[in-house]
Amino acid sequence: MSGGARSGPHVRGRETVTETTGPEPGPGYADYRIGDPLVDGKAPDGPIEERWARRRFEAKLVNPANRRKHTVIVVGTGLAGGAAGATLAEQGYRVVQFCYQDSPRRAHSIAAQGGINAAKNYRNDGDSVRRLFYDTVKGGDFRARESNVHRLAEVSVEIIDQCVAQGVPFAREYGGLLDTRSFGGVQVSRTFYARGQTGQQLLLGAYQALSRQIAAGNVEMRPRTEMLDLIVVDGRARGIVARDLVTGRIDTYFADAVVLATGGYGNVFYLSTNAKNSNATAIWRAHRRGAYFANPCFTQIHPTCIPRSGDHQSKLTLMSESLRNDGRIWVPKEPGDTRAPADIPEEERDYYLERIYPSFGNLVPRDIASRAAKNVCDEGRGVGPGGQGVYLDFADAIARLGRDAVEARYGNLFEMYQRITDEDPYRVPMRIYPAIHYTMGGLWVDYDLATTVPGLFAIGEANFSDHGANRLGASALMQGLADGYFVLPATLADFLARHPHDEVPADHPAVTDTVAEVTDRLYLLLSNNGDRSPDSFHRELGELLWDECGMARSETGLRKALERIPALRAEFWRRVRVPGSGASLNQSLEKANRIADYLELAELMCLDALHRAESCGGHFREESQTPDGEAARRDEEFSYAAAWEFTGPGTPPVLHREALEFSYVHPTQRSYA
Amino acid sequence: MKLTLRIWRQSGPEDPGALRTYEVDGITPEMSFLEMLDTLNEELIERGEEPVAFDHDCREGICGACGMVINGEPHGPDRTTTCQLHMRHFEDGATVDIEPWRAAAFPVVKDLVVDRSSFDRVIGSGGYITAPTGSAPEAHATPVPKAAADAAFEHAECIGCGACVAACPNGSAMLFTSAKVVHLNSLPQGAPERETRVLDMVETMDAEGFGGCTNTGMCTTVCPKGIPLSSISTMNREYLRALRKGA
Amino acid sequence: MALATRTERRPPTVVRLWRSTIGKKTVMAVSGAIMLLYLVFHMLGNLKVFFGPDEMNGYAHWLRTIGEPVLHHEWFLWLARVGLLAAVLAHGVAAYQLSRRDLAARPVGYRHRRARTSYATRTMRWGGVILALFVVWHILDLTTGHVNPNGESGRPYENVVATFNTWYGNTIYGVAMVAVGLHIRHGFFSAAQTLGAGSAARDRALRLTANGLALVLTLGFLAVPVGVMTGVVE
Repeated sequence: MSGGARSGPHVRGRETVTETTGPEPGPGYADYRIGDPLVDGKAPDGPIEERWARRRFEAKLVNPANRRKHTVIVVGTGLAGGAAGATLAEQGYRVVQFCYQDSPRRAHSIAAQGGINAAKNYRNDGDSVRRLFYDTVKGGDFRARESNVHRLAEVSVEIIDQCVAQGVPFAREYGGLLDTRSFGGVQVSRTFYARGQTGQQLLLGAYQALSRQIAAGNVEMRPRTEMLDLIVVDGRARGIVARDLVTGRIDTYFADAVVLATGGYGNVFYLSTNAKNSNATAIWRAHRRGAYFANPCFTQIHPTCIPRSGDHQSKLTLMSESLRNDGRIWVPKEPGDTRAPADIPEEERDYYLERIYPSFGNLVPRDIASRAAKNVCDEGRGVGPGGQGVYLDFADAIARLGRDAVEARYGNLFEMYQRITDEDPYRVPMRIYPAIHYTMGGLWVDYDLATTVPGLFAIGEANFSDHGANRLGASALMQGLADGYFVLPATLADFLARHPHDEVPADHPAVTDTVAEVTDRLYLLLSNNGDRSPDSFHRELGELLWDECGMARSETGLRKALERIPALRAEFWRRVRVPGSGASLNQSLEKANRIADYLELAELMCLDALHRAESCGGHFREESQTPDGEAARRDEEFSYAAAWEFTGPGTPPVLHREALEFSYVHPTQRSYA
Repeated sequence: MKLTLRIWRQSGPEDPGALRTYEVDGITPEMSFLEMLDTLNEELIERGEEPVAFDHDCREGICGACGMVINGEPHGPDRTTTCQLHMRHFEDGATVDIEPWRAAAFPVVKDLVVDRSSFDRVIGSGGYITAPTGSAPEAHATPVPKAAADAAFEHAECIGCGACVAACPNGSAMLFTSAKVVHLNSLPQGAPERETRVLDMVETMDAEGFGGCTNTGMCTTVCPKGIPLSSISTMNREYLRALRKGA
Repeated sequence: MALATRTERRPPTVVRLWRSTIGKKTVMAVSGAIMLLYLVFHMLGNLKVFFGPDEMNGYAHWLRTIGEPVLHHEWFLWLARVGLLAAVLAHGVAAYQLSRRDLAARPVGYRHRRARTSYATRTMRWGGVILALFVVWHILDLTTGHVNPNGESGRPYENVVATFNTWYGNTIYGVAMVAVGLHIRHGFFSAAQTLGAGSAARDRALRLTANGLALVLTLGFLAVPVGVMTGVVE
């Protein structure tokens, strides 16, 4: 395997410093090189149904008596990390786990609303592992690995069993059996749910299992501790550098393997449905240490979020997509129409989704609905503050079904909307707008969830995942738990068994250099004495990305962004101001350090979006559409996962392509007929 | 809107701390309470002062990270989390007092940030069902009566924000602890550990320095998730039952 | 494998009960219930004052003969007194220890104070102290007769009338009876909660019962001094 720590780590901190003296030549970054193709060396062949069983059988095992000699670092305590930490500790490994929150229970998985898919076929409606596999590959617009997706579908069944045994209070029928619903336009009812709080309940299940292991002394939990770098010794991930957010102490932690379960990077856009402190630092630092970053441009945009109410907006709130079942989406026909919605007569309204997509109407897929909203707002027909919104009108539904029926279906969503906007959706149409919601891209991993740095694993949203270019609803929770409870514990054992346990000397140059870089960078941020707040840069970067690398991307826009980002990065290092000291809780310092990484990651996202001159899933290139304006995939050229190798900040990365084979689900153009 | 804020500033656990007065202008009714504080913090950073530290994360009312006592009320005048409180609940020119959660078991870390790790230790002492990964029976092997499932869910909604402790005149964590006890003890899956769970969790709760319950009911009036007072009564019943059984 | 082993020996149930906050509250609830039951009978006995000295004094005499011939004269009374004393002590000690704990659990108060609990709830501690002091006076006044203006043994009717013919007697008694009412109002509901009798469905009924009991007992007890003051009893 190629990879490993490439350039001397001691150089890089200085390179960041040199940027403060002036912007680097931006266009150079787009001149990426193409490196060796990437092959997933761990995926077994043979019939797809047998691959996971075969891999597990072929994997080496660690003797139970030897497990406690192995230390595993798990960063993050969401569904993937919490499940992995608990399971590894149950198996007997020594786990050291980290989260930046004050408690492992607060990871952002908690905010997932809808549900979790599993091929249980409890409804006897024709569901099967094969069908879930098929739906997921197709839903991902044929940019995911078949073997991984099939394994995900197989494991989905066990997840439900596991969660029920933990006491997760899933919705049930009167007979006491589990209820399911259909989700995301799938034709079977395979989504298990706990009202609108499925993520919360699943996370608490994992958190409780983890808490049991913490209390038993098998997991050393380090809350309010943020990973700031990866320690790579002799090409192997051997630990992390982390900062205690309360005391400011920078410490090194060593292990035989490091697992990143740190979630996605949606916050690079500033405004997203992610938690405010969700960040990309762990995966980006790992990328800088040699882990390839795959498909960074695959980001998912959710069409039904509450629009921003002004410049003060700090984050966006998602509302269940189910609202589109009964709500009608419209904007005024004329640009700049500022009349109240009730004053706009029927004939002056444009129900644009019903007009453009007469057969699917308001129920077109997420990406179509999102882009259409952007288009009408770009035409100046958007509604609400800043013109960034469209109406989702329930007047017809209330007239047809009655207010009580509408309330029974959507009461809690209406309440949430009213709490935030102070508008009564029973009387005034809701305003909605798309928002960044999930990132399909992430660290490249093989079938074993191992990155290109030996000993470094990435699970959950942090890896480039099983969702291809687009994730189906209720599949994120499934993947996080599959990775954490079932996949990683099996594959990690194989790695640990093959690599004997040995100590890393604390004074190893790779360790001291990494620590020095981390401290240097924090020192630079604190001593910069600039005049702009960290957030002001984050907002600016977010707006740029939203405009040029958001719902629709074009070559000119992306090139513009690639020119602007290095300049913004240089300005950041010149002008950012971080008050306070590094020796205590300093939330500005935390933010600034994360934004510094966003300023590098954003560049890679734009480059990836630029190089992928096709439209697929969440990635829509304006140059690649069908005559009637739909996304056009270009399988001959782009049927691969793009894994990028870091070569230095602002210097062009190397592209490694992993070709995707489709032997079971044959690529077709998505159609809405 | 223009507001006068009196905010508790405390540089660390050893600092005695004090209320400090700030003026903020340009606040709009659509802002959330935390966005109002963001606005203040941006100004403070520009002036080179240290911004006010406060815990927050999801900002959609589910992670339980945020929480401050606003004019004497945990999470402020609306029964929701601080992040979901909007400025339209305040009048132009008003003075707003902002203090951290106050409890011996929640020591102040900095400004409005407190250490709630005592909650984690309460959960760790029994707030789980022992079901190691892979050992689970088929999900439909044990049907759960809908009433039990609904009761479990109602109590499982707790977000662990700590408002109950902040509101209680005794700094008691009974509502938090009982929510988890009732969630798990309502389910057949939780039955094998029913007695040890409640005994161990109450023991830890007491050892962490939370006060006792005097049934004032303040906890439920501020709980953003509406965990009912009967939850405490049910836990008392479970506790006495467990003691009787000599678990 | 991390196997769950519970090897530590648990202390006896009574010790665990007394050590835990819920246990101490249970002790308070049970002892409170005993005292409440006593108060109900006490009040009923008091009302005999309206039927003249013979009935009242006869009732007082009967109290000393309960259980005869199995029990010796006054044995029942002493058993009851010992039981009540135990209840008072258990109630008081548990309350003291819990209060210290509760106050320690909120070492720094809020600058912005606002009363949100009911008056009855807020006055449980001081109300309890007032009641304890009242009980001492009450025993010295009407049981031992030491501070009674009349102080004649075996003549409770006359002693009662004598007490309520003084302004301070009426004042002390009146204040204490209001305190009793408030204490019962929250105490009954709280005890029911502590003993696990509370539920969403029963909450209202419990609160109504608590309020009813508080009202009946306060009025019942106050009827005596009011009777003396208005001359109905003399």
